[in-house]
Amino acid sequence: MPATAADIRKKEKIIQRVFLIIAFSSLFSLFLIALFIFIEGFPMIMKVGLKDFLLSTRWSPTRGHYGIFAMIVSSFWVTIGALLFGGPLGLMCSIFLVEFASARWRAIIKPALELLAGIPSVVYGFLGVVYLVPLVRDYLGGPGLSLLTSCIILGIMILPTVISISVDALVAVPNSYREAAFSLGGTRWQTTYMVTVHAAKSGIITALVLGMGRAVGETMAVIMISGNALKIPTSILDPIRTMTSNIALEMGYASGMHRQALFATGIVLFFFVMALNTIATLFARRKAIK
Amino acid sequence: MPEPLIKARNVSLEADGKPILKDISLDIFRNEIFGIMGPAGGGKTSFLRLVNHTFRGSNVKIEGRLHVLGEDVLSDEVNPTPLRRKVSMVFATPVVLPMSIFENLVYGLRIQGIRDKSRLREAAERGLKAAILWDEVRDRLDKPAQKLSGGQQQRLCIARAMALSPDVLLLDEPTSGLDPISTFRIEEALKELKKRHTIVLVSNNTKQIARVSDRCAFFLMGELIETGKTSQMFTVPREKKTDDYIAGRFG
Ligand SMILES: Nc1ncnc2c1ncn2[C@@H]1O[C@H](COP(=O)(O)OP(=O)(O)OP(=O)(O)O)[C@@H](O)[C@H]1O
Ligand SMILES: [Mg+2]
Repeated sequence: MPATAADIRKKEKIIQRVFLIIAFSSLFSLFLIALFIFIEGFPMIMKVGLKDFLLSTRWSPTRGHYGIFAMIVSSFWVTIGALLFGGPLGLMCSIFLVEFASARWRAIIKPALELLAGIPSVVYGFLGVVYLVPLVRDYLGGPGLSLLTSCIILGIMILPTVISISVDALVAVPNSYREAAFSLGGTRWQTTYMVTVHAAKSGIITALVLGMGRAVGETMAVIMISGNALKIPTSILDPIRTMTSNIALEMGYASGMHRQALFATGIVLFFFVMALNTIATLFARRKAIK
Repeated sequence: MPEPLIKARNVSLEADGKPILKDISLDIFRNEIFGIMGPAGGGKTSFLRLVNHTFRGSNVKIEGRLHVLGEDVLSDEVNPTPLRRKVSMVFATPVVLPMSIFENLVYGLRIQGIRDKSRLREAAERGLKAAILWDEVRDRLDKPAQKLSGGQQQRLCIARAMALSPDVLLLDEPTSGLDPISTFRIEEALKELKKRHTIVLVSNNTKQIARVSDRCAFFLMGELIETGKTSQMFTVPREKKTDDYIAGRFG
């Protein structure tokens, strides 16, 4: 029996509903996660006080001190440091890929980067401990397990994020810009940094910000190479403990207030990442308007 | 006869195995406006791009000799960057760079390392006046160039090339997006500019070629049908095809 128009319309309706439900379920799970973090963590922040929670450096849950300031500072510096290492490197790499590399190089480097993104973070941490930590200890001093080591490893880990997004941004720059710049007597390099990178600016900033988001959230590798000392680092060779490592290290045995304090740390991280994503979206949108 | 500024001898161009220009030989002299006309796809733009050294690629095959300012631009040794500073091209579709009007104008100077503010301003003003844009934009030089109208953008591209004071100015259909009044004023400006520059003007508009050029060429399907003094080509053309085209019988 041939399908009537009404039948088809009904089928379309059903398909539409199904997809709507699927789309909502992902939104819903995000909502649930946020909800649980807040239910678990928020009362604790109220009890301790926002100021004592965020701005005190004393973290000893057994004695009832729940200040995470040292970890916030550590997370902050490790994120900035990762950006300092991975940002320029990633940017240079994407400029090379888009503006200078031949098709053959591109065919080699692109899959290599995807592989880099696929390596489990525990492997990065392991490599860091085995090779980088002794190197830092022997040549620069300190325990080796340090802010510097974490920044270098995280800098490498954010490369795939930074590169893939800034490559997209550079590729999106119309070729006519480059031709116009060449025709005014520009060299390839002048055209790249004065016109192409300029035109791709918002996309590149988005790439850097999302790379930071990746760095702030990384846990496993950081636990392995950062030393996990609970204090504000005074030099790049000091060991650090970030918010994420603290949650992962202590959740196994935490209970009661302590457990709630870890969830509360999650709330802070949640805002951290949300702020970064908002910044990235704002820059991406600014480009769209242009 | 003086030595020509641009001298093409048996220039042929192929891209993807398809012939684009066939055996072109012509001379362009100092301080003249040389018009190139012909129907779409005839190879006019391609010729300009050869002169400006922007028609390159692995799929491109070039033969013959093309001397520009005494240098053979078809040889592999030529360095395109200094050449393009002396031979400026304005594309048919205006492409303003994503920066302010002023920065667009002085881009070509900045990349030559010129920093002197007054010199940059002076060049920008000279370019804008030459392209008859000065009065419209003098108060908003720091605004994004992309906010200008299409016709203004086109004149900005001409102004940008003029700011460089090039020896040769290659104009690809510079008035295709302009109203008759602006077109007229650009044409007047070109006649003024040729006192100091040499201009190669590609146009679909035969009347424009007749109005402003001193000598001209007629390109048809990649072939140079005829070249000579404009006054002669438009009154007593040697070739029947030229006569037909000028009279609007085809193309
Ligand atoms: N890079 C290229 N690769 C292959 N073919 C090309 C390339 N550039 C131009 N062509 C071809 O060369 C021919 C001549 O093009 P050209 O742009 O020079 O014509 P034109 O005379 O400027 O035409 P119009 O008046 O439409 O601007 C066209 O058939 C075009 O498809
Ligand atoms: Mg053309």
